[in-house]
This record gives sequence, C-alpha cells and structure tokens, in this order.
Amino acid sequence: MAIECLVLGAGQEVGKSCVVVTFGGGKRVMFDCGMHMGHRDSRRYPDFDRLLADGAADYTAAISCVVITHFHLDHIGALPYFTEVCGYHGPVYMTYPTKALAPLMLEDYRKVMVDHRGEEEQYSYEDILRCMRKVIPLDLKQTIQVDKDLSIRAYYAGHVLGAAMIYAKVGDAAIVYTGDYNMTPDRHLGAAQIDRLKLDLLITESTYAKTVRDSKHAREREFLKAVHKCVSGGGKVLIPAFALGRAQELCILLDDYWERMNLKIPIYFSAGLTIQANMYYKMLIGWTSQKIKNSYTVHNPFDFKHVCHFERSFINNPGPCVLFATPGMISGGFSLEVFKKWAPSEKNLVTLPGYCVAGTIGHKLMSGKPTRIDIDKDTHIDVRCQIHQLSFSPHTDSKGIMDLTEFLSPSHVILVHGEKPQMAFLKERIESELGMQCCYPANNETVSIPTSQNLKINATEKFIVSFCMDETENDPQKQNLNFGGDMPQGCRTEGVAEGVLLMEKSKTPKILREDELLHSLGMETHFVHFEPLHPSSIEVKHTGESAVQQSSLEHLDCE
Amino acid sequence: MKLVSAKLLPSPSLSRAPQAPDANAHVTSQTCLDTGVDGGYYTPASHLLEVEGLRILLDCPIDLSALTAFSAVPLGASSSSGDAEDLIRGVPYYRSPTAVAAAKAGRIDAVLVSSATGLLGLPFLTRLPGFANTKVYVTEVAARMGSLMMRELVEMHREFVRCYGPDRDQSPVWMEGEKLKKLMSVLQKITTEDEENNNLAALVSLYSLDNIEECMQKTQYVKYGEEVCFNGMLMLKASSSGLELGNCVWTIKGPRASMTYLPSSIFVSAHALDFDYSSLKGNDVILFSDFSSLNGMYDDNKKMGEHIVDETDILLASNSVFRDDGMDEDETIKFLCSNDDIAEEIERISFICSCIIDAINSGGSVLIPIGRIGIILLLLEHMSETLHSSNMKSQVPIFMISETAEEIITFTNALPEWLCKSRQEKLFSCEPLFGHVELLKEGKLSLFSHLYSKGLLAAWKEPCIVFCPHWSLRHGPAVHLLHRWRADKRCLLVLEQGVDAELTLKPFMPLAIQVLGCSFLSGIKVGKIDPLLGLLKPKLILFPEGQKSLCPATDKQPWSFLYYSKGKTIEVPNMREEFEVRMTTEVAFGLQPRQLDKTTAVARLKAKLLLSNGQYVLAAAKSELDRSERHLLHWGTVDASCIPSALQEKGIVCSFSADADYSAPSDRERVISITSPGEALVKVTSERTTIYCDDEETAERVYDAFRSICNGI
Repeated sequence: MAIECLVLGAGQEVGKSCVVVTFGGGKRVMFDCGMHMGHRDSRRYPDFDRLLADGAADYTAAISCVVITHFHLDHIGALPYFTEVCGYHGPVYMTYPTKALAPLMLEDYRKVMVDHRGEEEQYSYEDILRCMRKVIPLDLKQTIQVDKDLSIRAYYAGHVLGAAMIYAKVGDAAIVYTGDYNMTPDRHLGAAQIDRLKLDLLITESTYAKTVRDSKHAREREFLKAVHKCVSGGGKVLIPAFALGRAQELCILLDDYWERMNLKIPIYFSAGLTIQANMYYKMLIGWTSQKIKNSYTVHNPFDFKHVCHFERSFINNPGPCVLFATPGMISGGFSLEVFKKWAPSEKNLVTLPGYCVAGTIGHKLMSGKPTRIDIDKDTHIDVRCQIHQLSFSPHTDSKGIMDLTEFLSPSHVILVHGEKPQMAFLKERIESELGMQCCYPANNETVSIPTSQNLKINATEKFIVSFCMDETENDPQKQNLNFGGDMPQGCRTEGVAEGVLLMEKSKTPKILREDELLHSLGMETHFVHFEPLHPSSIEVKHTGESAVQQSSLEHLDCE
Repeated sequence: MKLVSAKLLPSPSLSRAPQAPDANAHVTSQTCLDTGVDGGYYTPASHLLEVEGLRILLDCPIDLSALTAFSAVPLGASSSSGDAEDLIRGVPYYRSPTAVAAAKAGRIDAVLVSSATGLLGLPFLTRLPGFANTKVYVTEVAARMGSLMMRELVEMHREFVRCYGPDRDQSPVWMEGEKLKKLMSVLQKITTEDEENNNLAALVSLYSLDNIEECMQKTQYVKYGEEVCFNGMLMLKASSSGLELGNCVWTIKGPRASMTYLPSSIFVSAHALDFDYSSLKGNDVILFSDFSSLNGMYDDNKKMGEHIVDETDILLASNSVFRDDGMDEDETIKFLCSNDDIAEEIERISFICSCIIDAINSGGSVLIPIGRIGIILLLLEHMSETLHSSNMKSQVPIFMISETAEEIITFTNALPEWLCKSRQEKLFSCEPLFGHVELLKEGKLSLFSHLYSKGLLAAWKEPCIVFCPHWSLRHGPAVHLLHRWRADKRCLLVLEQGVDAELTLKPFMPLAIQVLGCSFLSGIKVGKIDPLLGLLKPKLILFPEGQKSLCPATDKQPWSFLYYSKGKTIEVPNMREEFEVRMTTEVAFGLQPRQLDKTTAVARLKAKLLLSNGQYVLAAAKSELDRSERHLLHWGTVDASCIPSALQEKGIVCSFSADADYSAPSDRERVISITSPGEALVKVTSERTTIYCDDEETAERVYDAFRSICNGI
C-alpha cells in the first residue's frame, strides 16, 4: 500500500496551493484549491486535467472530497472555478469561519479582476454563492466521516481566523496537511494546536523555511515607530491588507497605541467591509485567541475606538491619516488607486506585508527600492514615499516547522508553499536532524509514500487479560494529550505478550495464550523430554514448565 | 438511595439474546442512580456504568424540588401574608441522589455529562477528597452554560445565607422535630417512587464558587463529533442531542462493545443543532435514558387546546406505517425529522406570546421564570416580532434580570457551530444568530444582574416583561416580583408544567395573577422511539422498566431488551467474546508459521501489546523473538512407523528394540536405540517422548528428526 501525493500547486513556489493525495482503495482528497495571484494565464489555476484518467471528464468521480484550509485566495481562489466551471459537485469541507468569510475574499478579488483590470470573468458572483452553498462546515477536532473509509479532522492552525490543519485517514494510512500555520500566538489568534498523531506523511508549508524570527515585540515596536513618525510629520500611511486577518491584527495594535499615546489622527478602513467583518468576528469569537475570548464578556475587542469610516473623496484630503485598503499586495483595486496618489510624496509611508507574491506591485516594491513603477505601458508611478516592510507574518518560522515536524514524527515529510533554495535547506535539516525522509516536489510531480498496514486479528480474552498491566499502574491523569507528551494520543503500553497465532482457512486469525491452543485444536499434549542416557550425568534438560520437569523426574524413578 | 445488585436476564423468548458472560469476564454493568424528576429537563436521569473495569458516571444533576419545602427569604411586610407558615425558614439543603450514590460507590473514573443540567450536581461529588482524579467530559457549551447556572444558583443561595447566617458544622435546627417531618412529607410528595424513607440521606449543603471552580478544572471540554480517549481503553464521542445548546448523546466504545448513552433528544430543533442520530448507527448497546414521556405532555396538550396533535394519533400512525417489514429507511428518516416538532414548538411559543400581549394590553406585567435557555431565546425572538406587529402605542420594556444574563446573551450569539442549520445560515449571510441581538440594539431588551442594579430603577416601567430566575419560586428576583404582582389580576406568570404548581405557589397564596402553565418538547416522542431503534439497529437496548409499555418488545425486532429500574444493577452480556487486535506488518513478517493441515497453520508470536485509542496493537518487541529451534509445545501422537526414516534422513543410525512391531497399538512404548553419531535412546509412548542422551549435539539432531514428524510449536 502506498500514498500517492500529486502536487498541483505551491510546489517549490508560493501560490495556488493544491495537493491531491490518493490513498489506497481509490480514496482521493484534494487539499486546497488556490489560485496564483502572479499569473494571468492558465497558470493561475492548478492543472486539474491531471486528475482525470485519459478520456474521462468527471471530476466528481475522480475526487472523494475537497478540503480548504483557510480563506486566502492562494488556497481557495480556484474553488468556484473547479466547482462551477469544471463541474466538480462532490463534497467540499472548510471550517465555519472559512465558509463565512471566503465569499467576501472571492468576491473582492473577482471585482478587482473584472472591474479594475478589465479581465475576462472566470466565474461570476452567482458562481461564488452557488459554490459556497455546497460547502459542508467543519468544527475543530470533529471527526467527519466523508464516507465509510475516509475520515477527516481539522485542527487549529493560527494563521488567519478559521485556518485549519487537516488530518485525513483511510484505514491505517494517515496524513496531515498543514495549510498555512503559525506556531506563536498573535494579538487576535492563538498558536497552532494539534494532537500527537501517528502519521505516514506530513505535508507542511515552508514559507519561512530558513528564517528564524526574533521576538515579536521588537517588530511591533518598529512598525508603530514608523507609523508614528510618518503621521507626526504630516504624512499619510497606506496599509494594504486583506479585509480580514492582518487588518484586524494591525488594527488592534494601532487602536491600542493610539489610546496610549492619545493620538487623534484618523484611522480609516476602506470599503464597507469593516462593519461586516467585525460582525463576523463577533460571532466567530470562539475562533480567536484565548485572551480575546476572555475579554469578550465585557468588551468586544473588534469595536475599535479610533477607526472611522472612509469616503473615497478622503484620498485627496490634506493632513495625516492611516488607511487600511484592500487588496493586500497592491495587485489592483483600491489599494492601487490610493498608492498611485500617495506614492509620489516622500512624507507618506506604505507598509507591506511580510510576503508578496511575485508579479504584484508589492513584490516590486520589496525587491530593491524602485523609484518608478510601470503599471502598464502608458501608466507609471514615481515612488518617493517611504516603504516599511512588516516583518511579522502569520506564518510559522523555520523553528516552528521543525518543532511541529518533530512533535508529529511522521514517517515522511513533503514541503510545499515555499521557495526552492530554502526548501532544499529545510529538507536537509529534517533528514539529518530528525531522521525523516523529506522531499519538495515541483508542481505536477507525484510522490509515492509507502505505508504500513496493520492486519486485523482476534485475540482471546485470556490473552489480553494476562498481558494487561494492573489498572492502577496506568493513571489516566498522566495521559499527555498536548504538546510535550511522549506517547501518541491516548496510548498506553502493555507488557510484552507471548502467544500462538492460529490461522484457519476462511477465519480471522486468532491469537491465543499457549495453554489455550491445544484445547482449541482438540489435541492432547505430547511431552518431549531430554534425559541423560547415563543417570550419573548431572545435567538435566527439559523443555518447558516445571510441570514437565516434574513428570520427567517421575519418569526417571520408573527406570 | 442504595445501590442494589440484582441480575436481570433477558427474557427467554428472545432468540438472539447474547450469552451470559463468564463470571470473571470484563462485564459491562449498568446501574440507574436516578430517573430524574420532571421527565429529565431540569433533573435528568443518571447512571453508573462499569465497562472493562472502568467505572463511569453518566450525568450528575441536582434535584431542586426539595427547595419547595423551604420558605423564600422574607421580604419585610409582604412576607407576613401568604400561606408560608409550615415552610422551613432556614438555609436550604439540596438533593443530589446521584452525587450521594456515586460517593457511596467510592470510586468514579470518569463522568460523562450530557447537558448543562447534568452538570449541576457534580461539585457535590468532586469536592469530596476521594474524587480528586475523576475526569469529567462535557461539551464546551454545556460546560459554559452549566457553570453559569451553578454560579447563578450559588449567588441566589447567598440571599438565604445573608438572612439566616452561614452554615455551621452541625446540622441545621430544622433537621429536628416538627419541621423535619414537614420536610419529609414534602419530599415524599415529590419523590413518590422512593419506597424507603431515606430521602434525607440525599440532602446536602450547597457547594461554593470554589467547589465549582475545582469541578470545572477536572473537566475536559469536547466538541460534537470529537473523539477522545479515556485511559487508552475507551473512545468517547459526543453527538448533538437536539434538546438544548450543547446537549449531547454519548458513544462509549470499548475494545469489545460500543454503547450509546441516549438521554432526552429532539430530532429537529428550532435553536440547537439537530439530533445527530446517524452517528449512533451500529453501536451494540443503547442505554435509553429519555424520560420525557413522563413529563405530562399529554395533559398539557389538552390544556393548550387544539393546537397540538394528539400524541396517541402519532403512535397509532407510526405503528401502522412502520411495523411493516418493508420499512424504508428514507421514509423513517423523513418521519423522524419532519418539521412537526418545530411547528408545534413554535405554535406553543406564539401561544405564550399572544397571552403575554393580552396581559400587556390589559395593563399588566409579565413574569417569566423559565430556566430553559432555548425557550427564553425563542420567546425573545418571537416577542420582538409580535410586539412589532401588534402596533402597541408605547414601547414595552423587556428586562432580563440575572447574575449571568449578560454573559448568556453575549455567548449565545457567538456559537454558530452549535446551532441548528437554519441559524448557521445566518452566520453565512452575516446576520445575528438570534433575534435578541436586534432587541438589544434597539434598546427594547435590557440586561441587569440584580433587582437592585444601578440602572434598573431608572429604566423600570410597568407594564413590562421580565425574564428572571428561578423556576422554583424560592430563589432569585422572581420571588420578589411575584410578591409585587401576585394580587394584580391583569398580570401574568408563565410557569413551566412539571413542577408542582400547587406546592410552588403555596407561599404566594392567595393569587389573583393569571398563571399560564406551559410545557415544551423535552425528548423523543413516543411514536418515534421504535422507528429510531429500527434505524440505529442495536443488538441490545437497556430500557427503563417504568416505560416498558412505550416500546413493547416483539418477536420481529432483531434486538433484545433489558429493563432497568432505579437503584438496581443489571449486567450487560458481552457483545463479543474476543478482542479485535491489530498486528503491524513488522510483526507479521517475523512470524514463522507452521502448516498443520490444509486449512490450519500456527505460529508462535512474541510482540509488544499496545493499547491506543481503544485499539489493541501488537507491535514488534525490541528484543528479538527467541529463535531457538527447540519447540516448547507438542501435541498429538507420534507415528512410530515414521521414526526410522525420519532419523535416517538426518543421518542417524538407529535400531529398534527386539520387540519392535510397527503394527502394534501405538500406546505401547517403543524404544529406539541410536548408535551414530552418538549414543542415545529414544522412548516413545502415545503422550510422551523421551530422548536419553549425554551428548548435546546428538540430542539436538535426534530432536530435529523427531520434530519433523511431530506437531509442535
């Protein structure tokens, strides 16, 4: 038996995450169905055709289910295309927050593509709604039986609201696909959490395969300093961000800072998304960090005191301000519009997320310090503003990846969602330090992972009972269910057991205690003894228990 | 409450009744500790289960009915009136027969809680020193609701302590003499099924906030559908029961049998996630613990008028449809999950709403001391609609007065995963999950923690609608408000049926206030029990003796019944004789099987026996299997005629003793003497072979030859 892992996207790159895992028995799970923000041709979507056997056209028959880890477009962007255009209509799973928030992200992007870039529509708003209606929501830790043999389970991944790591199991074969995750809690989300599971394969993101981050405190201070310096000099701060996730995170940070420093400069949120987003955050508060959950009974942390509503005309207003605008990597839309206006002034500041997909303006700004950016052949922008790169990112760093991998101790590791040189570095570390096999396939490559398979047999009660330790020695309180335990979840070691396996045709093999075997076969013991030929010899050999020895002695007497 | 052991065996007419277990086998046994009071909503039934040597308590409620024997805290002038003379004036004690019985049992390994109300008696148990290691499993939401309810109870109880002074170590004054007799008579009235007069034994003083904290620290919160492992041996899983937010049905899966603990459940709910019966399919045993048919819905239905479909009609209808063998599963599901239940419930709610509006229109206020959170939320939602459409001139304020009101109201708008599908849709379309969010925003609903809260006096306006605890009418703001409004015939008191109204209202007599007694769907309707069992296909059902008539056993059913009653222990027969074990491929490859005949082979096996998530696994032991050639076990007879050729094959020179006769009966002793490669003598009888030899090498070779003709391992 083997697990086949086909990487359709995010192989040696970041973007269009999509990994298809085929278990034994034809069970096939697609993890994520993302799009690539940097491409505008067919490369923007995973090459779904590879899922089909020659001549086949039915995706529903080819895939058991699709599981989406979180609402970022590079993980869900191709889903409406896959379900509404390609015609997959099997089950799609994602967590409650992802199901609630994904349509906002998808529609936001669709608008940017169609309305601003004037591109041909890949899917319509109705397609998005139809697609989302097919989605079955997941709660964390729930074991969902997709069908008789395939079960899946979501674990908290941090990263963004509703992000999940997915455990999938068919028979004895089990894997975890991490999606994007964060091993350190941030202001509004907790750290990733997973049980110690017995895994054949771990497929992990590796955005920061080589980076080890310092304390978050310093990075936050740096960001606040840059923003404060800009606004006190009368400048405008543009924070391109998705409506959900980083926007809330930074807003909690800024709102708190404004309060402490008694600043009166307005903080704006573009579009009407903020109210809606906060409404969602209120209902989904159970998915945020423990700290937020605790404070929620008195005050909703998403009711920001210093955030005001933004009108389009404010772009040209004089005076300092802070503006959150979508989309995050200045790939178009409102953030591009504002960037065009504000970039030429050296008083202003643009903060960029820690990671920008190649091909976006955000990426251009980060690589070197360009003074002129060409939008298309007629338009260009003179960039004189300050650029601040946010070095905090909701992704785990390399230490986090190593920690999670070591904790889960899978037989094999596959790296996705990273850059090739860094992935090569991490692969070396995983193989040499953790002694696990590791690879990082490119897009459209298939990796085959051998799995161990357990045989189902029966055991008699006497066998089990005689090798079970005393109950009192197994204190249930000592079970380690979280990070740091030595044993897999809910595991208890019994002693070394000895018995006889009885295999009969057309019956499940059965293990018995030795003394039960003869009875079960309907046979009598045939004693075999070794005796010295000349009784003077002292050495007495016997074959087994004391009872046998006893009888052999009697035998001697008879001689 | 006593734990009486009695063995009830399945009735002999059932052909598929499993065999009685071995005396020393790991028997599953079940003891019903309490069957609850009101059909199971406020005081659900409880059981003690013993599975594979582990002792598990199923639910630990508190029984607040004893409160009716106590007088509410006197309220200055108003306390002089009312027929409260023979009620006990003192700090009340509480009944928790479950906690008392469980404490008597001495050791509890785990507690599975199926509802917030099933949690309320647990601090009585966990505060005892012997239960420090007891582990409690409960859903996140039931735990949250339960701890809020416990906190509210402790807060309300404080009023008594403030009035009468704190508990002292000795038993209170009322425990003696006349007062005690009165208490006993009240208790007897409440718990008529108790034959013995040991009600008093179940009386305990209330726990403290610290006790609650301590109890919650032993608790592991679970989600619906989350599989947790207890002690390596048992897999536990909670599935939604539909009755209330966070209520659940438990699946307890051991290595040899799986059991469903089925408390009161509702197939389709207007607020909570629907009953997830499909996750219970195929479990071997069902412990049926839905006592809702005892809560008197029959009577109430008549009172409520023609709105309600007669239960017996449903029963008859279901009999005619579903007793046929050609019962279609889809049809059954359609019948079970029809929207009738919701429709009836909504009808009840709107009936109550119309009564409320009538009272308000006549200038009276409305007091609703109902404890069911789901009902409160539905009432609020409907009320906002009704108030909207009834064109009332002045706005009628709605107050919710409780220590935990704010938390509950906030909390219930933040748990979409635990709500029925239609409310989950609200999340996906970004609408508030419940109507009360709108009411709060519009300022129509105000939340206060106490009657004497700062803002309440300023906001107070009559007529008004007040939701407040406690349904016992001995605790909380309800007592004070009822004293205020009891003489006003325009006012309305909405009470839940099931509590003894006469006894409850006694201290407030004479009453002019209108009293609306209402009841709500609290469990599986009688007519749905049989179709449900048909869907779940258990092997055995543990059913309450008292409800035997609701679900008569017939020959057609492929399952058998065991009937339980309060205080009796029944032993549940083993579902499987053998354990299922997984063997890793590594172990399998290390086996050296020996073919015995065409259909049978045996192999000696030495491996590490692991128990992981309720599953035994044989994994390769670190120490290598002892590969000595010498077998340890031989059986059968040795065919003497084969011996010479077997020996010769190994290059051994041998001769038979003089009287060698191959055709002689085989039970005669044969003697073979060996001359080369060494000197040896072999004696063979039907049950024993002895090799006499001084030279180890020769002995080994002789044994080798012998082994090829003798069965052994």
